[in-house]
Amino acid sequence: MIDIIGKRKWYFLISALVILPGIAAMVYSLITYGTPLRLSVDFTSGTIIELQFQKPVPPAEVRAVYLEHGYADTAVQSVGDGSTVLIRSKQLDDATKQAIEAELQQKLGPATELRYQSVGPAVGREVTRAATIAVVVGALAILAFIVIAFRGVPNAPRYGVCAIIAMVHDILVTVGVFAIFSLFLGWEADALFLTALLTMIGFSVQDTIVVFDRIRENVPKMRGEPFEVVVNRSLSQTLHRSLAIELSSLTVLTAILLLGGATMKQFVAVLIVGMITGAYSSIFNAVPLLVVWENGEVRGLFRRLRGKPAAA
Amino acid sequence: MQRRDWRLLAFIVVLIIVAAWMDWPSTQGFNLDLGPIHIHRVIKLQQGLDLRGGLEMLLVADVPAGQTVSADSMAAAKVIVENRVNGLGVTEPLVQLQGQNAIVVELPGISDPEQAISLLKTTGSLEFVDAGTTVIPQGALIHTTGTAKQQASSGSAEQYFEPDKVFETKFSGADLANAAPGRSQTGAYEVNIEFKPEAATRFATYTSQNVGKILAIVLDGRVLSSPRIENAIPEGRASITGNFTLEEARSLALQLKYGALPVPLKVEESRNVGPTLGQDSVRKSVTAGIVGLSMILLFMLVYYRVPGLLASIALVTYALINLALYKFIPVTMTLPGITGFLLSTGMAVDANILIFERMKEELRWGRGVEAAIDAGFHRAWTSIRDSNLSTLITCVILYWFGSSFGASQVRGFAITLFLGVLISMFTAIVVTRTLVRLVFHYWGQWLRARRWALGMNVGG
Repeated sequence: MIDIIGKRKWYFLISALVILPGIAAMVYSLITYGTPLRLSVDFTSGTIIELQFQKPVPPAEVRAVYLEHGYADTAVQSVGDGSTVLIRSKQLDDATKQAIEAELQQKLGPATELRYQSVGPAVGREVTRAATIAVVVGALAILAFIVIAFRGVPNAPRYGVCAIIAMVHDILVTVGVFAIFSLFLGWEADALFLTALLTMIGFSVQDTIVVFDRIRENVPKMRGEPFEVVVNRSLSQTLHRSLAIELSSLTVLTAILLLGGATMKQFVAVLIVGMITGAYSSIFNAVPLLVVWENGEVRGLFRRLRGKPAAA
Repeated sequence: MQRRDWRLLAFIVVLIIVAAWMDWPSTQGFNLDLGPIHIHRVIKLQQGLDLRGGLEMLLVADVPAGQTVSADSMAAAKVIVENRVNGLGVTEPLVQLQGQNAIVVELPGISDPEQAISLLKTTGSLEFVDAGTTVIPQGALIHTTGTAKQQASSGSAEQYFEPDKVFETKFSGADLANAAPGRSQTGAYEVNIEFKPEAATRFATYTSQNVGKILAIVLDGRVLSSPRIENAIPEGRASITGNFTLEEARSLALQLKYGALPVPLKVEESRNVGPTLGQDSVRKSVTAGIVGLSMILLFMLVYYRVPGLLASIALVTYALINLALYKFIPVTMTLPGITGFLLSTGMAVDANILIFERMKEELRWGRGVEAAIDAGFHRAWTSIRDSNLSTLITCVILYWFGSSFGASQVRGFAITLFLGVLISMFTAIVVTRTLVRLVFHYWGQWLRARRWALGMNVGG
């Protein structure tokens, strides 16, 4: 049997090592750009044009053309060999867009418009509002789910709190990793990012509940054994399942990441990070936390909670 | 027990055949005439704009902040935009009201987004033209003296009715005071119109001189209806009859009332995907999907052997039913939608993994094969139900999020994931269980003696 619980301090350390740089990236980004993640035009409004030229073009020249038309805050990104450029700017009206494209083609040669997306401020606000509601409702639904899953179990609040801590851990890891990519590769959080995040949170909580379920089942069966032993046994029993599921889901997602179109890459990458951290946190965070709590190792930390009626 | 399993197996086989037939690329649909039952259904895989390329935009009423737009005028604006979209000659366009003040327009395969946008934004014009004695078919395009200029720029997509003739415009939308749907004495639906005072006089004179002639009603160069002047109309009130349904009468009244766009529209959001990018996405997604699915099948075979093979059959059934439903419902396929489908494949396997792990444990504890199978399915059920339920709830929230236009791509993901989870409950449990039970009933002893066939030595 693998002793997972015994090395719990190491696992908490690993989590911290992943989460802290992410938080640092978010703080840096918040100070420099005003938002913890780079937000896409879905939320901020603006125009994205993807143009394919016949030969590689220098992004600076594209930016210069935008600047002439008064669009100072324009980001130009080369894709592939550099003949395709992704241009993000403030929202352009039809006339300006046509003028700019004509000028670009005159200076840099003929180009095909692969993609064009333009979002007005009203739509951006609407999406932001809907996103906020989706996150709040999603969080409430998951809380309700945890409460229902652990109703009638002895020490229910403990299981619940540990599941929630694992969930927050997964959110921090996923958003943190995205923040790092956002800083270095210019990834932007769009509507699909939020979708991936919500989906992955559901999976992650589920993972935790499957493991907790087994502990719950084994406690009465193994009366007299120390809690740590019960937990270790339960983990070994569910480990195959966790590994098998990770492997099968990750193979599909990796296939999409490597072979699928460029537009889905970020979305799938977020899902992959989420799946990995979700499985990791259930086994290596949520369950060890439960043991720590049972052993009273964090009594001092939770002293404030004890006054409440929810005390275990 | 076996009787029930055989019956279930027969049902599953029929289901697979029906699904496979619907998935077959050359299947166009079905026509069923059985006594009083008539079912005609077109079956086709709808591709979203991100796959086939095209222009999607959101037109929003351009009114000062705080000013509300009436539902009536938005409905009218939608009808007018629809007419103009039809003039573009695009296959399967979509025009749809969104919320209280916006219209979504989807134009698949459009090559020149600028032209489309400028055409949709022009203010339309309503005319009453002198058609002499010709009854012009509804929907035909004609040249008129009032709109000659506009047509020159937009009219290349379709054939004109009598292309060489220019019909004379007698009255325009500006002359109308009101239009409303109503019913004639015989009970037929009609549209009542009322001219403004100064136009009413002209209208009285014109109608008295042209009894028996056709006064065609034209919107943006397109004939809405060709009523005949039955008698002189002195008071500026007239009714247009035709074989209208209530809906048609209402729509015509709206168009007459607001010949020009009743509210100014601006393009709030637009998204254009070039056809090359779309085709490229389709090719890549199909490759990724096939590779991903094959890897899962391989994984199940290697890890769980015989049960894995049975689960793989269930998984193929799952894929077939999903695709058939996409074509039948229909569900528009988009890139996020394909991702949702592939992700739900992972969930489908998840259920079988939970069950098989339980089965292996029960076998290890020395249970009989049939008892182990039953225990495996029975005890894994709570976990499967919980995990699927939580995913379904997430899907509902995401679907709602995706109903705001800017996040519309989320909807495809929510729908395919939702459907996938539902179907996986059936295939991963009912289909796999039936197959496992039958196989173990007939070959159980043989399999028990060969632990490798159950994947027992793997991580045992």
